[in-house]
Parts: sequence; structure tokens; C-alpha cells
Amino acid sequence: MLIRFFFMLREGGLKVSLTEFLTLLEVLHSRIAGYSVDEFYYLSRACLVKDESLYDRFDRVFSEHFKGVQDLFGDETAEIPEDWLRRHFERLMSEEEKALVESLGGWEELMETLRKRLEEQEKRHEGGNKWIGTGGTSPFGAHGYNPEGIRMGQDGSRHRRAVKVWDKREFRNLDDTVELGTRNLKVALRRLRRFAREGAADELDLPDTIESTARNAGLLDIKMVPERHNAVKVLLFLDAGGSMDDHVRVCEELFSAARGEFKHLEYFYFHNCVYEGVWKDNLRRHSERTPLMDVLHKYSSDYKLILVGDATMSPYEIHYPGGSVEHWNEEAGAAWMKRLLDTYPKAIWLNPEPVNRWEYTPSIRMMSELMAERMYPLTVSGLEEGMRSLR
Amino acid sequence: MTDKRFTGTDRYVATQDLMTAVNAAVTLGRPILIKGEPGTGKTQLAEEIARGLDRPLLQWHVKSTTKAQQGLYEYDAVARLRDSQLGDERVHDIANYIVKGPLWEAFEQDVQPVLLIDEIDKADIEFPNDLLRELDRMEFYVYETHQTIVAKNRPIIVITSNNEKELPDAFLRRCFFHYIRFPDAETMREIVDVHYPNLKKELLDEALHAFFDLREVPGLKKKPSTSELLDWLKLLLAEDVSPEVLAGDDRRKSLPPLHGALLKNEQDVHLFERLIFLNQREGR
Ligand SMILES: Nc1ncnc2c1ncn2[C@@H]1O[C@H](COP(=O)(O)OP(=O)(O)OP(=O)(O)O)[C@@H](O)[C@H]1O
Ligand SMILES: [Mg+2]
Repeated sequence: MLIRFFFMLREGGLKVSLTEFLTLLEVLHSRIAGYSVDEFYYLSRACLVKDESLYDRFDRVFSEHFKGVQDLFGDETAEIPEDWLRRHFERLMSEEEKALVESLGGWEELMETLRKRLEEQEKRHEGGNKWIGTGGTSPFGAHGYNPEGIRMGQDGSRHRRAVKVWDKREFRNLDDTVELGTRNLKVALRRLRRFAREGAADELDLPDTIESTARNAGLLDIKMVPERHNAVKVLLFLDAGGSMDDHVRVCEELFSAARGEFKHLEYFYFHNCVYEGVWKDNLRRHSERTPLMDVLHKYSSDYKLILVGDATMSPYEIHYPGGSVEHWNEEAGAAWMKRLLDTYPKAIWLNPEPVNRWEYTPSIRMMSELMAERMYPLTVSGLEEGMRSLR
Repeated sequence: MTDKRFTGTDRYVATQDLMTAVNAAVTLGRPILIKGEPGTGKTQLAEEIARGLDRPLLQWHVKSTTKAQQGLYEYDAVARLRDSQLGDERVHDIANYIVKGPLWEAFEQDVQPVLLIDEIDKADIEFPNDLLRELDRMEFYVYETHQTIVAKNRPIIVITSNNEKELPDAFLRRCFFHYIRFPDAETMREIVDVHYPNLKKELLDEALHAFFDLREVPGLKKKPSTSELLDWLKLLLAEDVSPEVLAGDDRRKSLPPLHGALLKNEQDVHLFERLIFLNQREGR
């Protein structure tokens, strides 16, 4: 039934590996005294789940598994047809794990190991083990989880009695609702790192110095190299329009994270859609504009382009000359977007609007189309995806 | 291997889930990775495991420039070069220039030690991968002197991370993992108790209320953590602030006294002031 638990976890989307599962069996085996259900829960979690945002998912599977425990410990304990197992394993295993199975001497060998370990546990069960059982006296007995029947932790005061921890689902809010703080953003932006040594040689190159000194018959011959830094170049275009007001904070955070991360960062503002002019200072947006053409010529095409905006506007602003809300544009926004994207093949659009609204906002759909679908939500996972596409 | 179990210490409150995870790691001699909000006692845990189980403690604090190799040993080539130029006799034995790292030190201990690898996520993305073999086999090879260093006793390795970088799967598979949840009120009371055993109950009640209230303020950039609470209590005690000042109605209408210990960020203080302003208007 532990094997079944293992499969349920994998089906539930937790990538538990065989190594980790075997580790769990090993710990269970190494202990003379029994385990309470709570302890078993903590133990299996510590062995099998390596990311707190998956704790909730684990809790759900655990709960489901131990609710249906009657079937598991009753009839099905017997023999699970090996065939069925094998098919299951193969479907659920990653290539890496299949390779591991091979390296362990193939499928037969592995099943033998598993069987041996389980047998050892069965033996221990008869000797009064608590964590695994077949009868009504065990914690997993015919009535499933049974608070009275279970030895609670030695330390009564701290123990939250008889409430199934996993059913409380205390980690619910960790699942995918990661706050978008600058730190998270930075982590996501780091995916774009590419280290290189460029510029002034100001760092001692120790291996080379030693090598040269040796060649030089022991006379010191110092070698320097440029410091290693992130060589990725980024061009950031930020929408400064009124509808972006709701998103000021997240944009601020993105901006400060990007400034910290990229040595070569150039940024410009636009309003709703990019036209012939962009600007660097929102207060002087009307007096100090930079022609987009200059930008296109000045920054080489190995810059990665990141546009940030809600893309929420009237379709005219994208597709018609004169459509802009602020000024008279000779050429349609789409034409300028196209020039921009032709120059910078690596480009994405980050949109702070919730994804579920995209479908209902025609201008978002249009813009996404112009971007060849490289529009991502401005969330941690969206940013990560975006960075991957920029790489 | 050990038969003693870690159950927290007189200075450290360990919850059941933490104890279970730590003891599993101790039993199998596998590393345990600890994550959690800042100030939830990740670093101190290693010290307390060492104290609780009566083991020596070795510490390795990781920085962005730390290399895995530095945990094993470093070859101080510059010193040797200097000695050679000065004609020092030591120069003939390369072993004089091998500087042991914390992992090596840990491998040499006569009793199973605790090794803390603090803030592993600060280092380069490849750092954990570079330690896989050493953590697995608990041995490494010194090329300069052709020795293999094997751990006398598998150290209890406690690794902490603040989540700045994702850690590689291969590394994670080899560790036990525990996420320290932010303590609930009851646990927090116990934690405060180990730090200030003689705190008056009323003061603690009010302080904890104010603290958890503050953590609920939406939009804080940095929620105050255990260590901030402890600092704050220290100040409250030093200034002899009475529980009444912290109490009830006033809480939502004025900043708590000495709030600088709790809110360390200007924007958060402003945010809080705005909220209080709104509450004052409503309350009138
Ligand atoms: N469970 C606990 N029992 C006793 N003291 C605690 C506990 N948790 C935290 N503390 C106290 O909180 C403070 C911060 O602990 P520590 O430095 O270990 O946190 P940390 O998680 O390593 O933080 P960071 O992520 O900032 O490095 C210490 O003073 C410690 O004594
Ligand atoms: Mg720390």
C-alpha cells in the first residue's frame, strides 16, 4: 500500500523519485519504535516533497490515500499484479529514472529490492510496529484514521491533538500564490544571466599567474582578467499610461529588480502602444522624446526586448494612423511594433492584467498576435516563462 | 549513527514536524535542507542540534563568491610562491599550503559533528551540484597530495536556504527537506518564553496580539519575523513599557511604541501610518 501511495503522489503531480521513496522505506525501517500517523505524515513529507509550494498538493493526496485506507489495508494488500505495476512504473517514470532502474540492474532487481524492504517491514509489523498494519488495532486499521487509537507525541502540550494535520491544509496559500516581491522578480530575471568577462582587466588571474610565473623560472609574472559579469543586454519599454496606475507597484518592483540584475539595461516609456517617439522621463514626456528610429539604430539587435504594459486600449490605437490618444501618429502603432520586433528578434511582452481578462479584451489579443504570442502575465511564473523564451 | 533524538533545547523550540524531519536526517546521515521566512530560526537550528545532541558544530557561511571547492580545501599558491621567493624551507612540502575547508574539518571529527551550510542559495547556481558526490559518499580526493579524505563519521549536515535560487533536483533528491512555517501564536509564546522566561503574562499577551495584528496588515513589504519580535520585546522591557499602552483599542489607532524594531522599511511605516489615519477617522 505504500507503493500505491507512491503512485498516487505521482499521479497527483508530485515528482517523487524512486530514490526518495526508497529513502522513506529506509527511515521507516531504521527505527525500532513505532510511528504515529502524524509522524509518518511528517516523515514522508520530509522525504518526498522538496518544495513548500507542493506541501498542499501532498496534503491532499495524503488525505485521499488515508481516507481510502480501508481498501488498501484490507483486500488489496495481497499481490498487486506485477504486470500492472510495471506498466504503471513505465508510464510514470521519467527518462532519468528509467535509466536509474537500468543501472540498478533492471526492473527485476528493483522489484526484488522493493519486495525485500516491504517484507522486512511486514516482519516488523508483527512485532508490534505501528505505522503499517492490517487489523483494527493499528492506526490504519479498518476504521481508517482513529485518533484514540494512536499514540500521540510524547509532548502533549505542543501537539495539536486529533486534528489531522494534512486535512487542515495549512499550506494552501503557499501553492502558486507567491508574492511578487523584488526578490522573487530578481530570481526570475536571473534566468537570463549569461556571464562573460569583458572590459578592463582588473581581477587577478591566479591560475594563469602561477603558470606564467613557473614558466618564467619563478619570477613573478602577474596576469589579470576582466571581472566576470552578466553580459545580457536588455531594452525595457514600460507603459506609463493611465490604466497602468493599478499596476504601478509591480512595475516599480520589476524595474528595480531589472536595474539590479542587468548591467546593460536601457529603458524607455510609451503610452498604450509604441509609436514614433518614446521618452525617458515621464515629467518631460512632451518636451524630451527620443525618436524610436534612433533607438533602433543605437541599440544592436542582440538586446533582448521586454515590453511591459496592460495592452488595454481601443483597437484604433494599434491599427490606425492617428489612432493614438495623445498625439497625431502618421503611421499605425502596429507598423512601429513591427519595426521594433524586426530589429529585436528576442522579445516578450509582460502584461500585469490577469490572464482571464485577456480573452475578452480585443486589444490584448491583437497585441499578443503582433508579439507572435510571446505575451506573458506579470507574475513569477509568467516572468520565468518569458525569460525562458528570451534566452 | 546515534540513538539520541533531537527534541529542541532550552534555547530553541522545535515543533513536532521539525523534530521528525531532523531525526530522520540524523538517523540516515543524510543532509537536511531547511527553508522558511527570514528569522524563523533556520541558522540557529544547526547550533541547537549540536547542543541538544552534544556534538561539535562546524559552520560554513556561503556568499555569492563561495565555491564548492572551498568547503573541501584550498591550495594557497600565493603563500607558496612567496615562500619560494624568500627561500623558505616549507616550500618543499606542498601539504604546508593546503588549507582545510569546513567539510574536511567535519570529516576529521572523532564524534559525529553537525555541519551547517548556511544560505546555500547565495552561491552560484552550480554550487550544490558541485557538492553532490561529497555529500553522497562523504569523501573527496586531494589532488595536490594524492590523499583521499573519508569522513570518520558521517556529519549531520544542515543546509539553509532563503529561496533566492532554485536548487537542482539531483541535489534535492539527496536531502531531507523541511519548511519552517511561521510559528503560530502558541509556538511563538513558547519561543518568547525561552528567550524571556520572566516576561509578565499581560505584556506578552498584548505584545503578541500587536505583533500578529501587524503581520496581517496587507501589502507590507517585509513582515516582521521572530527575530524582530524578540528585539522589540527587549526594547519594551528596557523601556519598561506597560501592557496597557499596547492594549486593545489603541492598537489600530496609533503606531505601537518602539515600532522601529518591527517595521524596518520606510514604505511599510508609511503604509501603516496611512491605515492608522483611516482607522482614526472611522473611529470618530
Ligand atoms: N524556534 C525558535 N526557538 C527559539 N528561538 C528562535 C526560534 N526561531 C527563531 N528564534 C530566534 O529568532 C532569531 C533569528 O533566528 P535565525 O537567525 O536562526 O533565523 P534565520 O531563519 O536563519 O534567519 P535568516 O533567514 O534571516 O538567516 C534568533 O534570535 C533566534 O533565537
Ligand atoms: Mg540565517
